[in-house]
Amino acid sequence: MTVGFGLALRPPTGEDLMKTVTKSIFAASLMLAGSQFAYMTPALADGHAKCAVESGRISIVGNEFPAIQTVGKGVMECAKDGVEVKTNLTADHQKINVAGMTGNPAEYTSAIVANSSIVALMNDDLIRPLDDLVAKFGGNLKPNQLVSVNGKVMAVAFMANAQHLVFRKDILEKAGLTPPKTYEEMIAGGKKIKEMGLLENPLGGPYAAGWNLAQEFVNMYIGHGGEFYKAGSAEVSINNEQGVAALDMLKQVASLSNPDYLTHDSNGTSAEWKAGNMAMMNMWGSRVEPLKSADGSTEEVAASTDIAGPMTVGGGSIPATTLWWDGFTISKNISDEDAEATFKAYMHAIRPDIIKDEEVSKQAVWLLDGYQPTDAAKGVFAAAQGGAKPYPMLPYHGLLHSALGAELPDYLQGKEDAAKTLADVEAAYNAAAKEQGFLN
Amino acid sequence: MDAAARHRSPALKIFSALFIIIWLVIAAFPFLWTFWGSFKVELDFFSKADWMNALTGPLTVLKAGSPFTGEGYEGAWIQEEFWRAVLNSFLVCFFVVCTSLTIGTLGGYALSRSGFRYTIWLLIIALIFRALPQMTLVSGYLLPFFEWNLWGILPTSIIVLVAINQPFTLWMLHSFFEKIPKDLDEAAMVDGCTRFQAFRHVIIPVMWPGVITTGLFSFLLAYNDFIVTSMLLSKENQTMVPKIASFLGTTQTEGNVMFAVAAVVSATAPLFVLVMFFQRQIVSGLTAGAVKG
Amino acid sequence: MKHKTFFWFFLPTGLAMLLFIALPIVSVVIQSVYTPHEQVIIEVENCGPFGCTKATTVDNEATAALREAQPLGRFVGLDLYFNRGHLATQEIAASWSSSASIGEFFSDIFNLPFYRALAFTLTYTFVVTPLLIVLGFVIAVAVNNLSTWLKGPVIFFSLLPMIVTPLVGSLILFWMVDSRGVLGAALQYLANDPGLSLKSSTPLTWIMLMVYGVWSSAPFAFVVFYAGLQTLPQDTLESAMIDGATRWQRIRYVVIPHLMPLVTFVALIQLMDNFRVFEPVVGFKAEAHATTLSWIIFNDLGGETRLLSSAATTSVLTIIGIAILLLPVLVRTWRDFNAKT
Repeated sequence: MTVGFGLALRPPTGEDLMKTVTKSIFAASLMLAGSQFAYMTPALADGHAKCAVESGRISIVGNEFPAIQTVGKGVMECAKDGVEVKTNLTADHQKINVAGMTGNPAEYTSAIVANSSIVALMNDDLIRPLDDLVAKFGGNLKPNQLVSVNGKVMAVAFMANAQHLVFRKDILEKAGLTPPKTYEEMIAGGKKIKEMGLLENPLGGPYAAGWNLAQEFVNMYIGHGGEFYKAGSAEVSINNEQGVAALDMLKQVASLSNPDYLTHDSNGTSAEWKAGNMAMMNMWGSRVEPLKSADGSTEEVAASTDIAGPMTVGGGSIPATTLWWDGFTISKNISDEDAEATFKAYMHAIRPDIIKDEEVSKQAVWLLDGYQPTDAAKGVFAAAQGGAKPYPMLPYHGLLHSALGAELPDYLQGKEDAAKTLADVEAAYNAAAKEQGFLN
Repeated sequence: MDAAARHRSPALKIFSALFIIIWLVIAAFPFLWTFWGSFKVELDFFSKADWMNALTGPLTVLKAGSPFTGEGYEGAWIQEEFWRAVLNSFLVCFFVVCTSLTIGTLGGYALSRSGFRYTIWLLIIALIFRALPQMTLVSGYLLPFFEWNLWGILPTSIIVLVAINQPFTLWMLHSFFEKIPKDLDEAAMVDGCTRFQAFRHVIIPVMWPGVITTGLFSFLLAYNDFIVTSMLLSKENQTMVPKIASFLGTTQTEGNVMFAVAAVVSATAPLFVLVMFFQRQIVSGLTAGAVKG
Repeated sequence: MKHKTFFWFFLPTGLAMLLFIALPIVSVVIQSVYTPHEQVIIEVENCGPFGCTKATTVDNEATAALREAQPLGRFVGLDLYFNRGHLATQEIAASWSSSASIGEFFSDIFNLPFYRALAFTLTYTFVVTPLLIVLGFVIAVAVNNLSTWLKGPVIFFSLLPMIVTPLVGSLILFWMVDSRGVLGAALQYLANDPGLSLKSSTPLTWIMLMVYGVWSSAPFAFVVFYAGLQTLPQDTLESAMIDGATRWQRIRYVVIPHLMPLVTFVALIQLMDNFRVFEPVVGFKAEAHATTLSWIIFNDLGGETRLLSSAATTSVLTIIGIAILLLPVLVRTWRDFNAKT
């Protein structure tokens, strides 16, 4: 009761205080808050947001980027007598979350996932429907934060991401170009910049063989209006006109990119960008902030880096990009008490207040109530408004993504033609899908 | 050996010296480059414009006011608390080396002194054991370790690293023990020692060059391991290498590569001390003395 | 040594290996002949922050029953070993009957992931292993002749390629060989070709990986040989010198035979490690040009949907490959052993 009251009265300065106090002292003072509320000095009592968890075990696994670190810290605030809180935020989360949620009781009461990685948990039946918890404790959530499958809420999203156009204002101006709306315009612009001698390799993007390249194909294929599977089944069908057109467009972009493009993941692409070697690229919204800040880049590049919504391709109307969310799920194999504790802790961690802190608000495109898009977030918003599709949340799509990543470099290196490459992708996918039991 | 025996032709001497110098340049250049570059900003050290920037650091001057900056070190050690990972690494390495050598010397000694045919089979089986890719091994551990609540803690990783490295340790120590003449311990046993007493009083004093070399490799294995420690340790128990990996960023977010570079450089310093300390043990040629005695 | 004594001496190490390696190997073999049960897929509507879409999902209630009945999954025997991701017997047979020339047949084969990886893995193993043994030996002999006070620092600097974490080591080298990096620029200057890029050419990427392999493993051979040189029987060496043996003859007839068991040891370990090569492929982001068997396993385990059975199959094939590779050395060890007893 008192705790909930505290939350409502919490002034925004609490977040700043939290940063200055080390974790252990903070946990101790929270314990104090729980057991000896009456004796606390008014300053401290006002200084904290209260977490409404009274008992239970909370253990979270997830990726480690800043926005998730913020959520993790918020969850840690719930630690006190009788509430055990652990977070394990690591880039290897996907390798351990299935194993860590399989036992009964599961080691992890919750995993933070994205729309691509939730399927691994759903395929193995490791996460529980959240409808009752949302109804009881989810008052602060917006309806569009709820991710439902077959009518049941399986995850609660708190942030969004997408790839979109990043461009250099100064170079486009010099070449007399406007920011391209389509890939065809981008290619034409790139050629012009190259001919004018402004840049040797004006285009680029995360085209590294493997996951990144497969992601670019997914974007491009969706932009061409392609369907990955025969309706309602796991039967792949990408060896078609749209597939060939998508590959062709990838090759056109590649021909205007640095010759090492097959080794450029998003880190490598960002480095090229910061060095001022590129004029246009399709890049993750979450990576724009460091490109635009003079701290992480050179003054010249930072000042003239700008973003716009994603491009379309081949005369299509759907942008050639995919929308992504990150959110939390709750384990099936844990007690209801722990599930409730975990859910409440998240409600504390992603309460809409957190984005009042400017640093936190810059960390991601938050889906929380009251979020005002920062300058770096307008690309992702444009993608969502432009009718971009979410990345396919299908049980077997990860297999296709892996197959694409492994087979596409052959085409881009000119070792084989598009039809042969697409046939190879299908064959690789079929072998994997058969093994996993999706195909017979 | 006397001076006359060491005499070599000048041409050979020059060639030998030249070779060592070239090798040292090849071996150490990337590290020295890294050491120098760790005091620059990322855009200089990983310059995509001109590699000379890594030497002169024009952007470092621009951002930090001088051609050298301790930002990477400050970020890694203070902001990211790299010392925790150093501490964990130290614990893991220490226990891996001790355990590995203790059970390895016992096993290796037994294998070298038992003339029965099963010893060679045991050695061959151990070698085949080593052939299994570590990745498969580790992903197989995950489920049972989570089930038994062993996941995430240092002792589990230590035991796994010891076990994974046993085939190597056994083979290496076995070949070193083979070099120690059997007469030594057998004479002691004739004098009334048990096998273990003979091992303790006769073999242990002369086995150090082999053991230290093997220990060095066990140490490097534990120190450099990424696959086991990144998948079996929770975030707060992380050792240095996974911690460094976490500085590098992911597909969707930018990392801080200079933290990683600074961390790598500072993590190499203790090894320098270690090698300088133990190389005397390797050099001193204890075994040769023992053979004569 | 008595059986009983041997048993107690060997017990701790044997137990560790049994629990942490032998049991996992058994489970890997089992995993490679079972696959997940058939998935019952249903059409559903998924809703999220970006609206609703028609999609499919696994019907967990329906599959629960299947799981209950077959906890290990479906038994498929050796199917996985022969599917396209592994030995691909069907694809090879089809290509054999359809391809017009032997060249076409081989290009079909090297288009299959397993054989493509095998080709690089074997090339890498057989190029890198002998080179690093020779290099390590020469360094060991040269360092052994240095004066004592120089030895310590030289040993340390010689170990650096092995000490610096491959993760970051390859990151820095990867930058160095970039066409604008210090080594890449030097090569462009030497080759007089400003467009030269190591990273965009398959043969150059192969060479780069192999040079890295020799560079990073030579210190291992060096340290082992160097330790071996310390146990060199001085009286044999001296009597050889009294007999008037030249320096080369002494190396050839005294030093090398003395180090031979260590050469065998280094060859065994390095053949195995090179056959399992993995980190440089990831570190140098070379997968477009060169893949290895271990990389295939990594790729199977690293996707959004983890192919556990496929990874297990590749692992078993790797073990078999290594066993075949080591056979000559093992037979030799076996003969030596028999000769002794």
